Amino acid sequence: MARTISYREALNEALRQEMHRDSSVIVMGEDNAGGAGAPGADDAWGGVLGVTKGLYHEFPGRVLDTPISESAFVGAAIGAATRGMRPVAELMFIDFMGVCFDQIFNQAAKFRYMFGGKAVTPVVIRTMYGAGLRAAAQHSQSLYPIFTTVPGLKVVVPSSPYEAKGLLAQAIRDDDPVIFCEHKAMYDAVGEVPEESYTIPFGEANIVREGEDVTIVAFGRMVSVAAQAADELAASGVQADVLDPRTTSPLDTESILESVENTGRLVVVDEATPRCNLATDVAALVAKEAFGALRAPIEMVTAPHTPVPFSDALEDLYIPDAQRVVNATKSVVQWQR
Amino acid sequence: MTETLSTPAAGELNAEGLLDAYRTMRTIRVFEERVHDEFATGEIPGFVHLYAGEEASATGVCSHLDARDSIASTHRGHGHCIAKGVDPVEMMAEIYGKRTGSCHGKGGSMHIADLSKGMLGANGIVGGGPPLICGTALAAKQQNNGGVGVAFFGDGASNQGTTLESLNLASVWNLPAIFVAENNGYAEATASTWSVAADNIADRAAGFGMPGVIVDGFDFFAVHEAAGEAISRAREGGGPTLIEVKFTRYFGHFEGDQQAYRADEVANARDKLDCLKRFRARVTESGQLESSALDTVDSEVAALIESAVTEAKAAPKPTGVDLETDVYVSY
Amino acid sequence: MTDERIERVTMPKWGLSMQTGKLTEWLVAEGDVITSGDDLAEIDTDKIAGTLESSWAGVLRKFVAEVGDDVPVGGTIAVIAPPEVPDAEIDTLVEQAREEIASGAIEDAGGPVAGSVEVGGRNIRYTSLGSVSPAEADPVVLVHGYGGDGDSWLFVQEPLSAERTAYTIDLPGHGASTKEVGDGSLRMLADTVLGFLDALELERAHLVGHSLGGAIVTAVAAAAPERVASLSLIAPAGFGDQINADYLRGFASAGSRRELKPHLTALFADPAQATRKLADDLMKFKRLDGVDKALSTLLGTLLAGDAPGIDAATLLEQVTAPLAVVWGRADQVLPVANAEALAGRVEVRVLEAAGHMAHMEQPAEVVAEVRRAIGGG
Repeated sequence: MARTISYREALNEALRQEMHRDSSVIVMGEDNAGGAGAPGADDAWGGVLGVTKGLYHEFPGRVLDTPISESAFVGAAIGAATRGMRPVAELMFIDFMGVCFDQIFNQAAKFRYMFGGKAVTPVVIRTMYGAGLRAAAQHSQSLYPIFTTVPGLKVVVPSSPYEAKGLLAQAIRDDDPVIFCEHKAMYDAVGEVPEESYTIPFGEANIVREGEDVTIVAFGRMVSVAAQAADELAASGVQADVLDPRTTSPLDTESILESVENTGRLVVVDEATPRCNLATDVAALVAKEAFGALRAPIEMVTAPHTPVPFSDALEDLYIPDAQRVVNATKSVVQWQR
Repeated sequence: MTETLSTPAAGELNAEGLLDAYRTMRTIRVFEERVHDEFATGEIPGFVHLYAGEEASATGVCSHLDARDSIASTHRGHGHCIAKGVDPVEMMAEIYGKRTGSCHGKGGSMHIADLSKGMLGANGIVGGGPPLICGTALAAKQQNNGGVGVAFFGDGASNQGTTLESLNLASVWNLPAIFVAENNGYAEATASTWSVAADNIADRAAGFGMPGVIVDGFDFFAVHEAAGEAISRAREGGGPTLIEVKFTRYFGHFEGDQQAYRADEVANARDKLDCLKRFRARVTESGQLESSALDTVDSEVAALIESAVTEAKAAPKPTGVDLETDVYVSY
Repeated sequence: MTDERIERVTMPKWGLSMQTGKLTEWLVAEGDVITSGDDLAEIDTDKIAGTLESSWAGVLRKFVAEVGDDVPVGGTIAVIAPPEVPDAEIDTLVEQAREEIASGAIEDAGGPVAGSVEVGGRNIRYTSLGSVSPAEADPVVLVHGYGGDGDSWLFVQEPLSAERTAYTIDLPGHGASTKEVGDGSLRMLADTVLGFLDALELERAHLVGHSLGGAIVTAVAAAAPERVASLSLIAPAGFGDQINADYLRGFASAGSRRELKPHLTALFADPAQATRKLADDLMKFKRLDGVDKALSTLLGTLLAGDAPGIDAATLLEQVTAPLAVVWGRADQVLPVANAEALAGRVEVRVLEAAGHMAHMEQPAEVVAEVRRAIGGG
């Protein structure tokens, strides 16, 4: 049980196990094998960060390199999904949604509704998001809130290797289109992951840590930041209930409300920019549904309303860190009318 | 191995095949003219884009297709739907926004679909279909069933990046895909002679390493032949083809379009080029079909469309309970 | 050398992956007289929160760890000694213990070692703990109940391992063992335990079973009496006519932590033990491919309609090995009234402050009963 692997390995293992389990699962994306048509090795990369490495030879004909042509291959994954396949397309960086969003939000997301409930589109779009690799403004954004607003899409933000494997398996077996957002700074994060296949259902928050004083809801990589903050807070006597919703759509509103009913205080940690993000969404939910339970104003810890900067000095300020979460939480806990 | 269907060579359709093709074209024509008339009464909601005049394209291509094959369509999708076997009665109900419609009133004219028939939907996004067809063609290839995907798109969509990307991807992956550019002369109100920088849309095929073919879109037999070659090649692993079908539409871009941008090409086309007229002349002159057989089809189609409209008008609308269903398979 | 009258209270190792534990509360004060079985402290790990029970006796002279401290497994957290040991000696040891912790010099106390064997075509995962070889003393094998796994013995395995090797196994369909359970019959499960003994070449063993595991070890003892040195049953299935079918079905069908958690309160005398964390850990098990099917198949063994589907009482009639039975007064899964079925056969030890999971709620009492059976009943 106590096997420890990385986030990257967990994703690779989920893909491998699902491809073994179901021959309709295919993988496609830019350099997902790596080296197509080139004179050297034909499994050279396994995706730009190596998530699909090794699958090309294990599953002949089922790992497809694509031209740099996101509209075409994301659309192709969607089209194939309507005809009995379960494609997993890799949209390398979430920032590239700008060149293929029509296929995702006008086509895949709407088929089932537009076509009167008769369409099934089991496509998974894996994509990297998040800051921290000095990748600058067009390769570092946390754009999952945009997808979250679209009815018909499910949106996943796995926060650990265990979560990554089980949620990706669920995404692949799920019959709806899923946007699967992997944080690029987490690929080397390690954790315990069962060797067996398993699925984690969507819409059920993980209770990362239990506490009575304040609820901290965090998404994706911010879950580990919140957990670190919670450890520091515990040392000063503040016990935080840390929730990882796992999916932003569907969102486990019940667990969030249940926790806030108990603690009376809420901090939301979201790496996205501050307008119309998951922090505002959760804050609005709690303000509306649990107003009576609140004992202090809600705090939101987010990135600033700017593009992601390049210089490490600026990027480190941009990304919410444990200290900001600690400060925000203390201000909530210490708040007095 | 790839299974191939025996496809009659172009021009070698038997009497039954010819009669089917005529019935399809006639159904599209009467359906569209009736929608035109009914729209004018104000009873049909939303935007409607009619296919009348273009019947030979959908029919000539889809007469080669079967259940393995899928098509993607455009705003102007009624004809593609009928040619791929979607029920005109359900289509009419959909256009009226009724619960009995193909999409239970949730899609409307611009999104009529029937995935069980391999019809991936009329599409409200210009250039939305070609990437999807790369996918259905890929699925057929993976499933090794000899199926093909056909993307119908207009001259407007021929300038969209999605279309051009799809042409490239289809060639790179050697997909069993056929791209049918229906050049009716106008993208909305803009002339294709102005907006398409090449002389012909089909000329672009060379840039994507695939054959490009130009056909007379008013001639069912020309379309049928060109499509037959392309589809046979695709089924046998020969890769994609771009077919440009040239013709004009009989109505405006949408119903209500005053068409001030147009010359008098419609009157000339209706009079001299019309696909139904030419089809009837050719098959009766050659002795392949009796005029009376065609007349029978005409009256059967008239009755079908009449009842489709009657049923659509009488059908219930969806209700509040339908508003939030069918978003997800499970949520 | 340190005065041998001084004893160190050390951070226990609860489960394979535990490396440190956090002291969250002292339940005794410096100067208290401690006897074996007393609750000493509350300890939190990333897996479980538990109460450290004393296996020491004497005066608790000094705390080494303070509330909130993370202490490595094996690290000294308090010092116990008779009153006559001088304070200076205690202080020296406390200093030394703190330095050990601070320097990271604590050696892993050598917790359970995991292994797996193939039994009946299935991979069976087990752990072993203890330095006394099976040749020197018959080992003890701990068999968990429905939906559990070897880790449920974490408070019991360590104390028992002092005198003999203590094994836990994961039954088919459970833990890290193969999830396929065939017909899921009691016979198959008992054969698996026997096959495990064969695979490890354990000629004879003391068997301990909880709940379904209790019925299984009874079946083993009936089928192969020469292999069973003693039998300890904790809230065993298959005795009496009462069973909480709603709990079992609810446990089997729960697809989320939210659905599962309310059922878990039925496991404990103290409902606070049914934490969200426990539910999360159980969900990690339930999410594995094949577990749904295994649990539903085994449900068919446990239940006949709403009544018990197993008769272990008849099997026990053939068993002559020394026997101990422990039951929690507050058991809501297999109510203690079932113990009536054992009247005349054995004196059932009823634990007032325990529910169905007696070995988790009152491990020291359970260990004492197991030792009694091992000692000849």
